[in-house]
Amino acid sequence: MQDFAQHFINGLSLGSIYALIALGYTMVYGILQLINFAHSDVYMMGAFCSYYAARFLNLNDSQGLPSFVVLLMSSIIGCAILGFLIERLAYRPLRNAPKLNVLIAAIGVSLLLQYTGQSVFGDDPKVFPTVLPNVPVLEGSSFTVHSLDLVVLGVTLLTLLVLNLLIFRTRIGMAMRAVSQNMRVASLMGVNPNRIISATFILGSALAGVGSVLVGLKYPKVEPLMGTMIGMKAFIAAVLGGIGNLSGAVLGAVLMGLSEEMVVGYLSSTYRDALAFGILIAVLIFKPAGLLGRSATEKV
Amino acid sequence: MSKEVVSKKPFMFFVALLIVGWLADLVLNPFLQFMILLLMINMILGMSLNLVNGFAGQFSLGHAGFMAIGGYVSASLAEIWWSRIGAVGGLLQIPFFIGLALIAGGAAALAGWVVGLPSLRLKGDYLAIVTLGFAEIIRVILLNTEAVGGARGFYDIKGPGDLRLGPLVVSQFLQFFAMTLFWVILCFVTIWRLVRSAHGRGFLSVRDDEIAAQAMGINTTQAKVRAFALSSFFAGVAGSIFAHNVGYLSPSSFGFNRSVDAVIIVVLGGMGSLSGSLLAATLVTLIPELLRPVQDLTGVDVRMIIYSFLLILMMILRPAGLCGSHELPEIWKKFALTRRAWAAKNMAGRQGRPSVPRV
Repeated sequence: MQDFAQHFINGLSLGSIYALIALGYTMVYGILQLINFAHSDVYMMGAFCSYYAARFLNLNDSQGLPSFVVLLMSSIIGCAILGFLIERLAYRPLRNAPKLNVLIAAIGVSLLLQYTGQSVFGDDPKVFPTVLPNVPVLEGSSFTVHSLDLVVLGVTLLTLLVLNLLIFRTRIGMAMRAVSQNMRVASLMGVNPNRIISATFILGSALAGVGSVLVGLKYPKVEPLMGTMIGMKAFIAAVLGGIGNLSGAVLGAVLMGLSEEMVVGYLSSTYRDALAFGILIAVLIFKPAGLLGRSATEKV
Repeated sequence: MSKEVVSKKPFMFFVALLIVGWLADLVLNPFLQFMILLLMINMILGMSLNLVNGFAGQFSLGHAGFMAIGGYVSASLAEIWWSRIGAVGGLLQIPFFIGLALIAGGAAALAGWVVGLPSLRLKGDYLAIVTLGFAEIIRVILLNTEAVGGARGFYDIKGPGDLRLGPLVVSQFLQFFAMTLFWVILCFVTIWRLVRSAHGRGFLSVRDDEIAAQAMGINTTQAKVRAFALSSFFAGVAGSIFAHNVGYLSPSSFGFNRSVDAVIIVVLGGMGSLSGSLLAATLVTLIPELLRPVQDLTGVDVRMIIYSFLLILMMILRPAGLCGSHELPEIWKKFALTRRAWAAKNMAGRQGRPSVPRV
């Protein structure tokens, strides 16, 4: 157990990245009861946005906070626009369709983005610019905290704080919560559900954009299929915490990151992907609504 | 009409299609022959998933996992048989490989039963995710099992060789064609008859209203698990055929995308329409190939982009799938009826009968 502290730090930093992506899943699910399979590919597109922004603005060699902010903004804006367009063009025409159809459309959008990415950007992995140095900041007897871990944690916490304010302190956040509870009643109260749904997609996608830059810094490899696995795990994290529940998503994501790091550290790294699904199945079988979710009773 | 022949006189249909296969063996090149086999494998996958998704109303996203189990079990058994007992050849090989597919299907059905028992308590999206999870776990386990090749994949899977009957040589393709056709028809007839039996009506009632079905004395969990196990059985069979036909298995060929392919076949054809699944399997297999000229035109691989784009459009424009929940013969009959009515109306108009205003 000597490396426990180190694994704990790594897991926390991985978990906070999962949290950013899981929030996008859980917000959309909370409002539309839709597993937005395209979310992981929005995240992938965000990574490419910042990659190309860095290339065109020649930021590859300029380390420092300004370039980091530029990358972050380009990814956020790119993802937000993409998320808005996806909802507007693919999901809105299906608002009253059976759930399965929307799910298939989501899978279709996901495939569309993946294949577009493959033919536009190419299959070969690209190297994400290292705009922030990764130096040891804090060294203990058995662990090292790197600067990137701090950046990941700091940015995530800041984002979560902003999100919290947005959802619980503003009118649009109140409208979002209202629509997720009951769309029809919310619209009777003067909320325009379509606009709120658009806003949710924009917000969730922007979070994925933040996540993509953080992942790009920590694991500097960008490729069109990078979203699949991480998206799946983030989604599982959202289900683990109770899908539709914001704090549940964060809790689930942190648990997920920690347990994954522990498995890699103490068991075998090849089983890390199976672990995620194993956790998911165990949770769903014994507590189907997730850790923080409430189970709804079915009315006849 | 032709579908009624399949359900009532499957053997006749089998022989008729066998002749088609023989012709294909004579005139088509190996690539097209391979496409035909792939098409039939997709048909089995689509129809079997339709039993769970379309008829029993349970959304499964893990069909590839059961196919993988079937494929790997079958390939390993053939390997063991070859090394311990010796090569199988001659007339014995067709029953041998059909038997292998049967065992592979049994293994997949067992897995389906084990997976289904706990997870079919869940509904909708949750069930979809759990089945997806099981399929991924199966894939990761295969990836880490060195005995079946691990990440490198399973090479040199034994398959039937050319069959010599005196002067007559039955080619490998024709044998595969016959075996696959046998399974396609068996799958079709089984499911077709099943959903018209008391058991199958139970599945439909579980799909339409679970609580009402329960009130009518149907053990809903049992019904779901049975549908799931039978569906997994045929997925395993498809895996076995795939393994011996392609001769190479790799865990990555049973990923999420293959499950999605099966779901797309079901939804495109129409949930609860077997002939729709056949039609959709044909489209899903052929569209990427038919779009090849487009690829030559543009220089980049845009086939899958168009394919996924069509998928989204389809969901928006025709959400019930090509056939809805009807079978092709019904649709044809309805079409013929409306056409006749339309013709009669036209005829009436031409004879100059004064139109009587309706009161």
